[in-house]
Amino acid sequence: MTLTERLREKISQAFYNHGLFCASYPIPIILFTGLCILACCYPLLKLPLPGTGPVEFTTPVKDYSPPPLTSDHKPGEPNEQPEWYVGAPVAYIQQIFVKSSVSPWHKNLLAVDVFRSPLSRAFQLVEEIRNHVLKDSSGTRSLEDVCLQVTDLLPGLRKLRNLLPEHGCLLLSPGNFWQNDRERFHADPDIIRTIHQHEPKTLQTSATLKDLLFGVPGKYSGVSLYTRKRLVSYTITLVFQHYHAKFLGSLRARLMLLHPSPNCSLRAESLVHVHFKEEIGIAELIPLVTTYIILFAYIYFSTRKIDMVKSKWGLALAAVVTVLSSLLMSVGLCTLFGLTPTLNGGEIFPYLVVVIGLENVLVLTKSVVSTPVDLEVKLRIAQGLSSESWSIMKNMATELGIVLIGYFTLVPAIQEFCLFAVVGLVSDFFLQMLFFTTVLSIDIRRMELADLNKRLPPEACLPPAKPVGRPTRFERQPTVRPSMPHTITLQPSSFRNLRLPKRLRVIYFLARTRLAQRLIMAGTVVWIGILVYTDPAGLRTYLAAQVTEQSPLGEGALAPLPVPSGVLPASHPDPAFSIFPPDASKLPENQTLPGEPPEPGGLAEGVHDSPAPEVTWGPEDEELWRKLSFRHWPTLFSYYNITLAKRYVSLLPVIPVTLRLNPREALEGRHPQDGRSAWPPPRPGQGGLWEAGPKGPGTAQAQRDLTLYKVAALGLASGIVLVLLLLCLYRVLCPRNYGQPGAGPGRRRRGELPCDDYGYAPPETEIVPLVLRGHLMDIECLASDGMLLVSCCLAGHVCVWDAQTGDCLTRIPHPGQRRDSGVGSGLETQETWERLSDGGKGGPEEPGDSPPLRHRPRGPPPPALFGDQPDLTCLIDTNFSARPQLPEPAQPEPRYRAGRRAQDSAGYDFSRLVQRVYQEGGMAPVHTPALRPPSPGPTFPLAPEDEAGFPPEKSCPSLAWAPSADGSIWSLELQGSLIVVGRSSGRLEVWDAIEGTLRCSSEEVSSGITALVFLDRRIVAARLNGSLDFFSLETHTALSPLQFRGAPGRGSSPASPACSSSDRVACHLTHTVPCAHQKPITALKAAAGRLVTGSQDHTLRVFRLEDSCCLFTLQGHSGAITTVYIDQAPTPTPADHGAGQRRPRRGHLPVGRADRQPGQPHVRSPWGCHLPHLHHLVRHQQWPGRPHQHLGPQHGHQALLHPAGPGLWREPGCHLRQPAGDRRPGLCFLLGPELRGPVTDSLPGQEQRGPAGPPDPGAGQRCHCLQLWQRAQPGVRALCAGEAGLRVGLPHPSGWGARLATHGTWTGGVLSLGKAASDCPVLPHDCNIKCFFK
Amino acid sequence: MAEGETESPGPKKRGPYISSVTSRSVNLMIRGVVLFFIGVFLALVLNLLQIQRNVTLFPPDVIASIFSSAWWVPPCCGTASAVIGLLYPCIDRHLGEPHKFKREWSSVMRCVAVFVGINHASAKVDFDNNIQLSLTLAALSIGLWWTFDRSRSGFGLGVGIAFLATVVTQLLVYNGVYQYTSPDFLYVRSWLPCIFFAGGITMGNIGRQLAMSTGSAPACGHPLYIRKTPFMFPLKWKEAGCRNP
Repeated sequence: MTLTERLREKISQAFYNHGLFCASYPIPIILFTGLCILACCYPLLKLPLPGTGPVEFTTPVKDYSPPPLTSDHKPGEPNEQPEWYVGAPVAYIQQIFVKSSVSPWHKNLLAVDVFRSPLSRAFQLVEEIRNHVLKDSSGTRSLEDVCLQVTDLLPGLRKLRNLLPEHGCLLLSPGNFWQNDRERFHADPDIIRTIHQHEPKTLQTSATLKDLLFGVPGKYSGVSLYTRKRLVSYTITLVFQHYHAKFLGSLRARLMLLHPSPNCSLRAESLVHVHFKEEIGIAELIPLVTTYIILFAYIYFSTRKIDMVKSKWGLALAAVVTVLSSLLMSVGLCTLFGLTPTLNGGEIFPYLVVVIGLENVLVLTKSVVSTPVDLEVKLRIAQGLSSESWSIMKNMATELGIVLIGYFTLVPAIQEFCLFAVVGLVSDFFLQMLFFTTVLSIDIRRMELADLNKRLPPEACLPPAKPVGRPTRFERQPTVRPSMPHTITLQPSSFRNLRLPKRLRVIYFLARTRLAQRLIMAGTVVWIGILVYTDPAGLRTYLAAQVTEQSPLGEGALAPLPVPSGVLPASHPDPAFSIFPPDASKLPENQTLPGEPPEPGGLAEGVHDSPAPEVTWGPEDEELWRKLSFRHWPTLFSYYNITLAKRYVSLLPVIPVTLRLNPREALEGRHPQDGRSAWPPPRPGQGGLWEAGPKGPGTAQAQRDLTLYKVAALGLASGIVLVLLLLCLYRVLCPRNYGQPGAGPGRRRRGELPCDDYGYAPPETEIVPLVLRGHLMDIECLASDGMLLVSCCLAGHVCVWDAQTGDCLTRIPHPGQRRDSGVGSGLETQETWERLSDGGKGGPEEPGDSPPLRHRPRGPPPPALFGDQPDLTCLIDTNFSARPQLPEPAQPEPRYRAGRRAQDSAGYDFSRLVQRVYQEGGMAPVHTPALRPPSPGPTFPLAPEDEAGFPPEKSCPSLAWAPSADGSIWSLELQGSLIVVGRSSGRLEVWDAIEGTLRCSSEEVSSGITALVFLDRRIVAARLNGSLDFFSLETHTALSPLQFRGAPGRGSSPASPACSSSDRVACHLTHTVPCAHQKPITALKAAAGRLVTGSQDHTLRVFRLEDSCCLFTLQGHSGAITTVYIDQAPTPTPADHGAGQRRPRRGHLPVGRADRQPGQPHVRSPWGCHLPHLHHLVRHQQWPGRPHQHLGPQHGHQALLHPAGPGLWREPGCHLRQPAGDRRPGLCFLLGPELRGPVTDSLPGQEQRGPAGPPDPGAGQRCHCLQLWQRAQPGVRALCAGEAGLRVGLPHPSGWGARLATHGTWTGGVLSLGKAASDCPVLPHDCNIKCFFK
Repeated sequence: MAEGETESPGPKKRGPYISSVTSRSVNLMIRGVVLFFIGVFLALVLNLLQIQRNVTLFPPDVIASIFSSAWWVPPCCGTASAVIGLLYPCIDRHLGEPHKFKREWSSVMRCVAVFVGINHASAKVDFDNNIQLSLTLAALSIGLWWTFDRSRSGFGLGVGIAFLATVVTQLLVYNGVYQYTSPDFLYVRSWLPCIFFAGGITMGNIGRQLAMSTGSAPACGHPLYIRKTPFMFPLKWKEAGCRNP
């Protein structure tokens, strides 16, 4: 047991590591796997095509007799003869293999001479063969007696009629091209064209006419202008019907005598019988097709189970590829180790696939996708692998065991099958582990959160039910916003995607992947490649030409040729005769044959002219017919309507014939046109490449040089084209490199997401940060517009940096002083403080804390205020002590400050002024201590005092030093060269970033500015008290066209005095939203004319920038909003926000796409229009633990209530059901003026109405809105708004009993209505209610 | 005989397949017809295999005869397969042990493929002697049962079917309806019981799968979600919603 456990542990660990490894290096692993597959599949190239390949059987020539008609082999005896080897073959095929060359080669010979005269010898040979007669005791036997007599060609082959023999012996030779007419041959000006005119232009698998007549594969024939070897070979094919050993022997002997091949080493001692399999008939096809159908059904049902992945089809394909390539690998490996497959591959293939199966792959996928989504991809893969490792290994072992059992059945076929299956299983395991896992990791990595949520039912995102004891710290927030009948209709973008019509999706897919273009490109490239390669005037010939041209012509080319002959010196002594002694002895008898060799002299001449024989015979020549297409013989016989299916032919040993021609003969055989200097270009493409014959010895060299250059240029060009093509292909096949990260739309989309949790690791680049030094305290605010960078530290110093270079351009507190306070000596500091106090009225270059000095009359500082002064010191002291690297200035300064505080009282008078300002303004600044870092000042003695002084800070404004007096900077914005600074004192300042001067300021509200937006001359300041101030910035020189219509008079007056004489910037308060939020506004973002505020009261609001009208209130967060993000895209879609302490996430909160419900006005984008007639009640609840949530009509937890018409929610569905265990509070009712109509009975799910429904007579029939939220307040069952008022129903034991009619604030702690509602005795129609029901 | 026993296919609920037919008898009939055609198809195909190898000899002219003189073979096989396919789930239910092993269509297809493979092997592979062939096929059939069924009831039923079918075949051959070329097991080939056993298992598998896709509503959510996922919670009411609309 423990052993199993340990084994399990180890396997799991190994799989875990392996998963990590695979997910870490996907690309190299996939490449490696691909190489492995290719390497293992390489031996498959040698195999014939499955099922149709011919089978061979070899018998010795000696004592050969055709096998008996019936198989006489008994089951018991060893079966050495194949089953099909019964009866006589269809035909005996005798090939007379002619190798011929002109030697010695003279320089003045043409390229045509290589083959013209050798080919002309074919006629003579055919003549000899036809006339060969064997005379022996049994009588005279001629070729006609034994050869296969053929009749007509098939009717469809009329055009071959003159080329193939009819009505006579089937005897094929190249002479058939010229109808076996020597005169015709000699009159032919262009032999090559004659030969090639029947060649198909396309790719051809079966035998071509040239192959048939030449009997050797085209590239061995040597009939080409560019052969290097100048060796022409062809065969004369004789087809016999009967095997007549004597006749054949005499023929062989005679031919070999006439044309001896001195160095022939052919061992013509075996007959090869080639059996051709039957063509597949319908009877065989049906079971085959059935098995394949079953196979496909299996694959289909298997891959259908893949889910929760990015690309289902991709993974299915990968799974199938895994299985198929493992099978190929197995066959390849078995072939490599010498096992020749005898089974019909096509038949056993489906069974192999089924045996190997896709199960592991599916299990793997399932296990990986069921790992927690928020893990890193590597870890997900590793976890998934390791969790399934044991079962995978067990399955693997089981299958191997079963298959091995099968191996011991000792039935050859089953053994072979099992062998394949075992190797296939192992290689499948290998591929699964390497290939599929890696593909899976890539897929998972590609999967985004959005996709995940798209696939999941939306409810699946819900967290488990929270415990009941959830802190209900939600307070009432009665807010009434007149004239905002708005509706938030939520429709997440992903649902919009889902609703796209299929056709559009297909189009988008095509457009996104550029599938069509790539396919077309690839297809074109392939097509061009094929064309270029196969065209006779194409690349192949060009390349051949190149080779020919580059090799030194003339005698030099012959030099390497004798080498092969030297390799086989041992076989030289007349092997033919030694092999065939009986034939040789018969020779004398056969001398009586007619038809003497007409030109015996040529032979002799050739022999003595070339002492080094250049025609060699090797063992490869013996089997040259193997290099022919395996359809060669069936094709030939099928021309005469003879089928070879299920029958066999016997190939007799080849008769070698060597012809040596001397140059004189070659010259004699020339056609008059051959000798012309300018070879008549039969084809324009090829004309330029004909080897320019030596028209005269003088011009030949120049011609050849020219051609060489041409060829070189062509080669260069083709090389370049090739490289370009490869580049294109690479691009096509590797779309990843299409753009840099972030360039493509897909990239960008991916990059926007928070990637770290979902495994998308951004590419690692080394970035050397630019360090900007200068601040002494923690940096609180930062703003940048790309060129400038503005930073602000807790000490209230603002620095303007050049974002490119890192230079500090400006310091908003005076630069000199700023620097001094940081690193300078105490003395300097004193001076600057003095200077500060003296020159306080001086100019705008004074520190930012001092602007009030300039325009406020200074009064004598009340001593009481000085008592509070240490606050300043403590601030700075804290600063210094907090930085251990600056101990020296930190030590003396407190002392100095403390001492100086008394004498330098004048320097602090501004704080008094500030106090006065506050007093004048009548508003106490509100500070939340939380926003200010508590001074960690244990070193200075005044800390307790400071701590003590903190709580009363709100009521006593004088305690602050300059930064405190003016307020520390809480927010900062930068646009152009203007910096907007919002201070804790509520003061808004506009500074010039370059000059460091204050352009204007505005302070009429003393509530601290927590957030700022500076957008297009418009400044929005969010206050700590939850109000929003809209400012407009005007320059006097260039009046902004964006100036506000109807500037409110209230805001402009106090803002102006801040501007100095030189200042042309004015800041007007245009709007104020006094109570935008119940709690401090923490986040503020603006884009596209809308402003989104996020507050600690858990809500977001959308305002219109122009008139500060609140468009929407977004409720849904259960915590304070910390940050807000707006998509800057022109189409205003999602506002993003984070809640609580979580970092911001992209939340799909598509504000305002309306659900398209029947009978409801269609609602357009919320950003552009009012939605006056839409009345939805929307609750958007976001909860911790899930990043975000799509809101849509399908959401079960979402209360969408549309009271406008009864038809709206008629269709019941999952989407309006309230989850029973849901205990999330937070509900927002927005009721518009059109809330009329008898909707009482058409309200959503029954559950919402409580058990009894609201048959509320008090509300009349006009109950518009009904919602219940018993979770937040267990007492309240429902809320109805109707003409009779707003009612809150309370549960009663008897059902819908106690009800509370109210149009005021219900002070039960549950519900509060706003002012407008409460003023109305009965709710008027134009009165909006907004109630927060928490 | 089967019709009498399969009287209670259980309450049918909604599902994507045949299960949309709520009526019990109609459902039963549809399943029967589907099984019948599967059986006919398999019989045709497998017979063709045997005929090719001259294992079975029908009266003259093989290929043409398959649709004429031996017309009765496919319908017989179809009926038998329908009976078997309905019998298996019925017996499962009667025994109170619903078959849960590998209840997926892909597994069923795999089973069918293996069955066809066994037939193929019996027809095409050259064995030295019939004993070896029979043993091999028996092992293969047992392997089939173990891989795809693993239920006792399935095994028992399969054995019964094999016995019955062999007896019937013996009778047929004895009466000269048709004959086997080289009989070694009385009048038939000795591997025939194995084939029948495997066929019974296969048809039972199909029948069970058909019955299962009718008998229980598939989960609304993907089954994957139920496993280990953190999103499991809401599935409960999602499913509940789908089941009682």
